[in-house]
Amino acid sequence: MSTKQYTGLFNKKILLKAVKDSVIKLNPALLIKNPVIFIVAIGSLLTTIVVIAGIFQGSFSSFNLQIAIWLWFTVLFANFSEAIAEGRGKAQADSLRKNRTQTIAHKIVGKQEVPVIATELRKGDIVICKTGEVIPSDGEVIEGIASVDESAITGESAPVIRESGGDRSAVTGGTKVISDWILIRIIAEPGNTFIDQMIALVEGAKRHKTPNEIALSILLSGLSIIFFLVVVTLPAYFGYSLKASGLPMSQNLTIPILIALLVCLIPTTIGALLSAIGISGMDRLIQRNVIATSGRAIEAAGDVDVLLLDKTGTITLGNRMATDFIPADDVTVEELADAAQLSSLSDETPEGRSIVILAKEKFNIRGREVHQLNATFIPFTAQSRMSGVDYKTNEGIINRIRKGSSESIRTFIQNNNGFYPQGIQNIVSELARQGATPLVVAENAKVLGVIHLKDIVKGGIKQRFAELRKMGIKTVMITGDNPLTAAAIAAEAGVDDFMAEATPEDKLRRIREEQANGHLVGMIGDGTNDAPALAQADIGIAMNSGTQAAREAGNMVDLDSNPTKLIEVVGVGKQLLMTRGSLTTFSIANDVAKYFAIIPAIAVSLYSVKKGVGPLSILNIMHLGSPQSAILSAVIFNAIIIILLVPLALKGVRYRPVSAIVALTRNLLIFGLGGILAPFIGIKLIDILINL
Amino acid sequence: MTAQDFIQIFLFFALLIGLTPVLGNYMYTVFTGKKHIMLPVFGWLEKLAYKSCGIDPAEETNWKSYTFGLLMFNLIGFIFVFLMQLFQAHLPLNPANLPNVSWHSAFNTAVSFMTNTNWQGYAGETTLSYFVQMLGLTVQNFVSAATGIAVLLALIRGISRKTTDKLGNFWTDLTRSTLYILLPLSILFAVVLVGQGVVQNFKTYETVQTLQGAPQIIPMGPAASQIVIKQLGTNGGGFFNANSSHPFENPTPLSNFLEMLSILLIPAALTYTYGKMVGSTRQGWTIFTAMMILFVAGLSISLCAEYSANPIFGHLHLMEGKETRFGITNSILWSTATTSASSGSVNAMHDSLSPIAGMIAMINIMLGEVIFGGVGAGLYGIIIFIIITVFIAGLMVGRTPEYLGKKIEAFEVQMAIIAVLAPNLVIQLFSAWASVSSYGLSSLNNAGPHGLSEILYAYSSAAGNNGSAFAGLNANTVFYNLTLGFGMLIGRFGIIIPVLAIAGTMAKKKITPLSAGTFRTDNWLFIGLLIAVILIIGGLTHFPALSLGPVMEHLQMNSGVTF
Repeated sequence: MSTKQYTGLFNKKILLKAVKDSVIKLNPALLIKNPVIFIVAIGSLLTTIVVIAGIFQGSFSSFNLQIAIWLWFTVLFANFSEAIAEGRGKAQADSLRKNRTQTIAHKIVGKQEVPVIATELRKGDIVICKTGEVIPSDGEVIEGIASVDESAITGESAPVIRESGGDRSAVTGGTKVISDWILIRIIAEPGNTFIDQMIALVEGAKRHKTPNEIALSILLSGLSIIFFLVVVTLPAYFGYSLKASGLPMSQNLTIPILIALLVCLIPTTIGALLSAIGISGMDRLIQRNVIATSGRAIEAAGDVDVLLLDKTGTITLGNRMATDFIPADDVTVEELADAAQLSSLSDETPEGRSIVILAKEKFNIRGREVHQLNATFIPFTAQSRMSGVDYKTNEGIINRIRKGSSESIRTFIQNNNGFYPQGIQNIVSELARQGATPLVVAENAKVLGVIHLKDIVKGGIKQRFAELRKMGIKTVMITGDNPLTAAAIAAEAGVDDFMAEATPEDKLRRIREEQANGHLVGMIGDGTNDAPALAQADIGIAMNSGTQAAREAGNMVDLDSNPTKLIEVVGVGKQLLMTRGSLTTFSIANDVAKYFAIIPAIAVSLYSVKKGVGPLSILNIMHLGSPQSAILSAVIFNAIIIILLVPLALKGVRYRPVSAIVALTRNLLIFGLGGILAPFIGIKLIDILINL
Repeated sequence: MTAQDFIQIFLFFALLIGLTPVLGNYMYTVFTGKKHIMLPVFGWLEKLAYKSCGIDPAEETNWKSYTFGLLMFNLIGFIFVFLMQLFQAHLPLNPANLPNVSWHSAFNTAVSFMTNTNWQGYAGETTLSYFVQMLGLTVQNFVSAATGIAVLLALIRGISRKTTDKLGNFWTDLTRSTLYILLPLSILFAVVLVGQGVVQNFKTYETVQTLQGAPQIIPMGPAASQIVIKQLGTNGGGFFNANSSHPFENPTPLSNFLEMLSILLIPAALTYTYGKMVGSTRQGWTIFTAMMILFVAGLSISLCAEYSANPIFGHLHLMEGKETRFGITNSILWSTATTSASSGSVNAMHDSLSPIAGMIAMINIMLGEVIFGGVGAGLYGIIIFIIITVFIAGLMVGRTPEYLGKKIEAFEVQMAIIAVLAPNLVIQLFSAWASVSSYGLSSLNNAGPHGLSEILYAYSSAAGNNGSAFAGLNANTVFYNLTLGFGMLIGRFGIIIPVLAIAGTMAKKKITPLSAGTFRTDNWLFIGLLIAVILIIGGLTHFPALSLGPVMEHLQMNSGVTF
């Protein structure tokens, strides 16, 4: 899906709608969900009443009017930040729907094959899937037999056989037919698929506050209550001081000033941006084609400290690669390579191509045109379990080269009255013991040798695991391989631990053990087998190509079915939490400067000795123009900072995989220290502007 | 300041730091049920106590039962002290024939001693009999300190245990703290103090002829035993009205030094005990360091304020109201210690401190009595601030907040906020009420900002369970006795109950193991953060009132105006 469409923050359409929504959101029933902003709204209303009452009493105060206006703007800005986050979410959901995988399926209508878009397939439709095609949707094989690459689902790189009847008849959307063909009856209704339900969830904006958001709201409300106490009791102290300075009680603090002080002190910045931060966290996941069933899951993603990663697809490339040719006793390695290359020229499987590449790299054997050799390519079938070529030699004899599993080649040799040597059997056993896949090559009745097919560890993955380790996240590789191979790959990839010959029960047990020790476990999976483990894990990401059971068990779905996503999801979770914490710190740190603006302004006349300037004017360290401009500047700063921070709330603070101490130091410097200093500068600038 | 002053301050800190791990480790062995040196001495008494009260020391309870036991115990203690005062004229050991105490004063005093505040609206030698002082007040001095330790122990268990609802046994915690910690230390110190000349007798007050020929009544009594525990237990309630500026309470420089040290001794050592009990002494030292930095900062500012010239009189350091025998440094060291540690005992009159030094004393209390704080109370108080710090800043590392492996969630935040709010509610609302009402203002001795400071100080002292006073305020009135009494109750149990609730939910949680992704709570960065949060929350809450009180007074003093 295209992400450019809405990465532009100031998309006109979304902006206009957000402006409109921010007014609609003034509805008290909606406002009360955000206690901090609700207090501001009540304050705005009270100030407005004071202004209007003043007009009727013939004592209009433009200062009070300005305070009222900026207080209303504070509320509107808060609403705006939420509205724009929601708008972006909706735009993404639309885009998600439009850009759904446009797989073309071959629907059988009568005797005809009609190409249709996969998403238009209905329950009960019959489709045909041939070699190389992706199965368009979940279904059941009703005719034929084929080998299907389900590595995206099961993690197993070896193809599996799917045939009509029996318990091997179910096929899953997103898997790929490697050989032969099958007729499939579709069993999922369009528009009611898992993804459709997910889109509805994103669009519905049925957002519940996450646990951490609730806790933070409580803290913010608590701070608001404390500041409310401060402001409510201030007129008493003030009255006492007025009396002591011999000033009239009529000079006591007015309601608009008290409200201005209150609004400046309560954490409006984070209060206003809190839900925008949450919504945009969800959006960032969607941008990565991951859909979370709840905001809670994203939070948990930030907390995950153990990742269970499937070997195939995450740590190794999904397909095995040829890495070595091991010739039989009386065969040269060039002869073997030559035959292996010849047999693979027309083999389009990744394994086949890797053989051609290896032959070229190692022995500089160039590609040959198969039809020039007058050769026929024998493709891999589920029955024969081998592939190869038949070609006429210069002598006019038909030469048959085959490669395949040791069993199928043994049968082939025996059928040709040949001899299958013990030496080859030993090599095969040794390679199998290492967990590699041995592919035996034969020419007519003679075994030429063995091709070593090996799992290849993805480039850069080792560095990624090192980063995760720095962040305190432990990686565990899950594989069906035997312990020896698993250990070798684990060492090569740099994972912290591995589970070999892992059964679904093993995975479940491992997750429970880790959780009992206080860890939070994330895993990605898709098979029905994985469902219990996905449900048990704190973060269970189901691949979209996975089974329905797996999708329902997990709390996130990866539409790309890319196992590496798990690592990205953890990053999104961490970024969300960091953004929330940073803006909270910033918001609270802001108060220091606001005090230095407002307190000297309101208390300047107390105990004055000359010209109404009292001792507390010394606290006016910003040298603000007048008491009124000081208060106004603080209120304006308080409102504007919300709008200025909207982009940060939506984009999230900069996130890099570093240790907790580094991340904390950095964020503290920017948002803690910055939070103390920024308002001093901001308020002073606004004050200068006001007094121009 | 002279070299002697610096040497004494150095000695004070050296001893405090040196004794922290020693006493802390001893308390650790006591609280974790290990063998220790006091077991052979008082072990029989502990067993006897359980047997006679029908307590099974091995039985542990959940937080609600623990809290219920604690509240009942305190309630009974309150009733006893309250009734004893109301009927003291009919009770023995009353050689001065003191009359029954008024109901509101009795209420205030009973609450005061039960809550470890020891605010004294009365004058000891002219109000209370030996009987009430010994069986009422001194007993409460012990058990109110032990109550604070018990709350702390429950919280520690909540933090260090996992997936359980058992927080320990309130009765054993109470008994062990009293028998093995407070009692032995008290006996030791009492003997030393008696050696220094503190009185300990049941004699009737003596009348002597002064040099001028006028008769003077010299009060007597079992003072040493109460003074020791008032210092060690951060109680602060003096046997005599003049507290530790009275020569019978604090006769020599050595007694003065030891009494100052004993204010901070147990609260400081408990940080070490805490570290040991949660499995990392670093965690304990972190808290100790944060407290120490705040303490040293307060002390330095106060000393500067006192030693700088008063522009009105032009003198260096005014001695009026200070501890004239031991000098400014000892007055200020004591005032800083006693306000930091919620003790409230005094050797100088805080009303006579310079505005800034007075403000520091007030701020020490207003910050929540967490700079060492009360016995047990200071530590569980600062843990509340740690929870808030962890919650605000912990998110910045990209994980939901956790402290020592325990996730901080909505309930803990809610309770922490209540605990922070409770004392502030008392300070703000009651001070505001007193500063506008005639019954509040009529007790003031001073006009202007200093009067406001007196009111603020009184309610801060009550809410922080400190007990010291800007003595310019006549607090023995119905209004002050009642509002201060309720203030002390809210300031004590408004924190204890949320703390125990937090302990209860924390105990049920799992412990997330430490990793590189964990928000560390045992390094300098965290110390800085914690101090910042304490100062910002305290500062934001009290800045307006303080600026109209002591700040204003200081600025006026510099421009030559007094009240």
